[in-house]
Amino acid sequence: MTPEEFKKIGEAHQKKREGFEYNINVCTAAACVSLQSEKVKEALTKQVKEQEKKDVCRVSGTGCLGLCASGPLVTINNSQALYGGVKPDDAPDIVKNINKKPVKRLQIPDDMPFFAHQTKMALEHCGKTDPEVIGDYLALEGYEALYNCLTTMEPVKVIDTMVKSGLRGRGGGGYPVGLKWSTVHKAVGVKKFVICNADEGDPGAFMDRSMLESDPHSIVEGMAIAGYAVGASHGYVYIRGEYPLAIKRLRSAIKQAERQNFLGKNICGTPFSFDVEIRLGAGAFVCGEETALIASIEGKRGTPRPRPPYPAEYGLWGHPTLINNVETFANISPIVRKGADYFASIGTERSKGTKVFALAGSINNTGLIEVPMGITLREIVFEIGGGILGGKKFKAVQTGGPSGGCIPDEYLDMKVDYESLAQVGSIMGSGGMIVMDETSCMVDVAKYFMDFCRSESCGKCAPCRVGTAQMHNLLTMISEGRATMYDMELLEELCDVVRNTSLCGLGQTAANPVLSTIRFFRDEYLAHINDKKCPAGVCAIEHKEEAVL
Amino acid sequence: MNKSASKDKRRKLVDATMRRYGHSTYALIETLHTVQEAYGYLDDDNLKYVSDALRVPLSKIYGVATFYHFFTLKPQGEHTAVLCTGTACYIKGVPAILSAIRDNFGVEDGDTTEDNKLSMLTARCIGSCGLAPAMVLDGEIAGQVTPEIVVDRIGRMIQNDT
Repeated sequence: MTPEEFKKIGEAHQKKREGFEYNINVCTAAACVSLQSEKVKEALTKQVKEQEKKDVCRVSGTGCLGLCASGPLVTINNSQALYGGVKPDDAPDIVKNINKKPVKRLQIPDDMPFFAHQTKMALEHCGKTDPEVIGDYLALEGYEALYNCLTTMEPVKVIDTMVKSGLRGRGGGGYPVGLKWSTVHKAVGVKKFVICNADEGDPGAFMDRSMLESDPHSIVEGMAIAGYAVGASHGYVYIRGEYPLAIKRLRSAIKQAERQNFLGKNICGTPFSFDVEIRLGAGAFVCGEETALIASIEGKRGTPRPRPPYPAEYGLWGHPTLINNVETFANISPIVRKGADYFASIGTERSKGTKVFALAGSINNTGLIEVPMGITLREIVFEIGGGILGGKKFKAVQTGGPSGGCIPDEYLDMKVDYESLAQVGSIMGSGGMIVMDETSCMVDVAKYFMDFCRSESCGKCAPCRVGTAQMHNLLTMISEGRATMYDMELLEELCDVVRNTSLCGLGQTAANPVLSTIRFFRDEYLAHINDKKCPAGVCAIEHKEEAVL
Repeated sequence: MNKSASKDKRRKLVDATMRRYGHSTYALIETLHTVQEAYGYLDDDNLKYVSDALRVPLSKIYGVATFYHFFTLKPQGEHTAVLCTGTACYIKGVPAILSAIRDNFGVEDGDTTEDNKLSMLTARCIGSCGLAPAMVLDGEIAGQVTPEIVVDRIGRMIQNDT
């Protein structure tokens, strides 16, 4: 297909949209769907028919609009009005007032800080397109980046663009993308593979899911560009089996892309061929680790192996393999389209661009946000997030899931980038951000994460298998008021051993939640041990003592 | 293998999956997904069948099936309630919900009630953190639940078919 042809398809869709005076978009990503947004969409369609506004109104589904806390969300002409908490019964009013003033009781002001402080890059199409219609994506310059790469850029130049952009892996580790691509490009092999890691296992993270549900084509396009750059002709998306909607949308996106020859043989008439296959994960946190993920695609138990050799040289079935995360792939086509310099102009010196975060926990505006790197935690929590739920006091923000740490209020003005987060004992992680208030007990939180690591440890290496279980025992003793200071010392020592001797990332970072809570909330640990009290009133210490008596 | 079983419609789905991947050993996890989707759980008959067809030792299949949380070797009850235990849900009160379910329906995580009506499961994170605490009741997500709401909804879900 020539660019003229696919521009035509895009323009046709654009015209179809513009042919209607009012485009009513209903969010159909998972959070809103679970709040019955499909029924809202039906009701709106029915009302448009009944009120005879079929010629001016068009109702369609769209990807995630971000503010999940106020779902189901509905927009009119993208920015004319934003409605939240819409029920099917509200449909008559919305349609009636479509050419008048917006319905006040449902309206969410779109100048609220939640929207104003965001910079959209990976999420640029989310909420604007129907994720199940390729034409919508084409109308917004979709697949142009791929076409331009294939026709005007050598693979080396594509890699060069990535190096210049300064993009770092968004899965958590933050390895420079350009460097990874060039290693795979240089690796010698008859066959090479590209894998998209969509095994979003962190509890409290839903960025990948939302992106796959809202804009699956951008991930497909990113993978194809990566395939061209490194010389691979086959791609896999390893996606969690627990995300049925994301799987469905990705499947349909792959099919549509194949039909339009953006995937398959001789893409857009060039010699480059690339196809994408979906592999379902089956619920194992450790499979987010790249060598474990590869084992799982090969149909085995998902256990990691020592590195080197790195997958870039010896990966899937022994072939050089590029593994990147969903958000990384979503960033590729915007970088190619807008230029590496534009991307590099956003963010801090060593962390470029934007980052998507899943904001959850004890916060008013839970949802999906994309902010420039270098924004402060305070801006995220108190301006975008709208502050703590129920006016309670902020205690900590947890980033990086079970591999990250809890950051207390004295670091709220810290800039969010890979290095700063590492300095305070946490990690960027894939982007889960959970806000905790004064009613959360930090010992209990550490215990919760250790329980998670203990059950998710694959069991291959002893430090992680035994160490996490022992750390969990010690934390349980502390939380139940049965521990002494000796146990506390033992816990800290064990953290050190597990971190330094485990085989893969799971074990190496498992101690982070414990270490960071000990570092910043030592007094809470001491209160449990010395005073046999839980300051937040979460751990049932008194209860236990009564039972003993 | 008796004749009626080999003509089973669901078995055909399993065959189709294995055929799609050329009966290679790599197809194991995908095949197990199909078995569980068609039969509700991984039963012994099917595991043996898959073992023969893919030429993977049964011990290895057992290893894979027990490694991943998604697979279950026990038949499920008529209704399932999956409670999310992700971080956001946890700090918003999962422990209280778990004990409410235990007290009212007598099931622990991973168990099925004696009358085979309800299976209780927990998930690491269902990715609906914006709706914490969240549950999946018979495939439908229920957000911002409290112990009272959960007990009420599960109660109604079970009663519906009697």
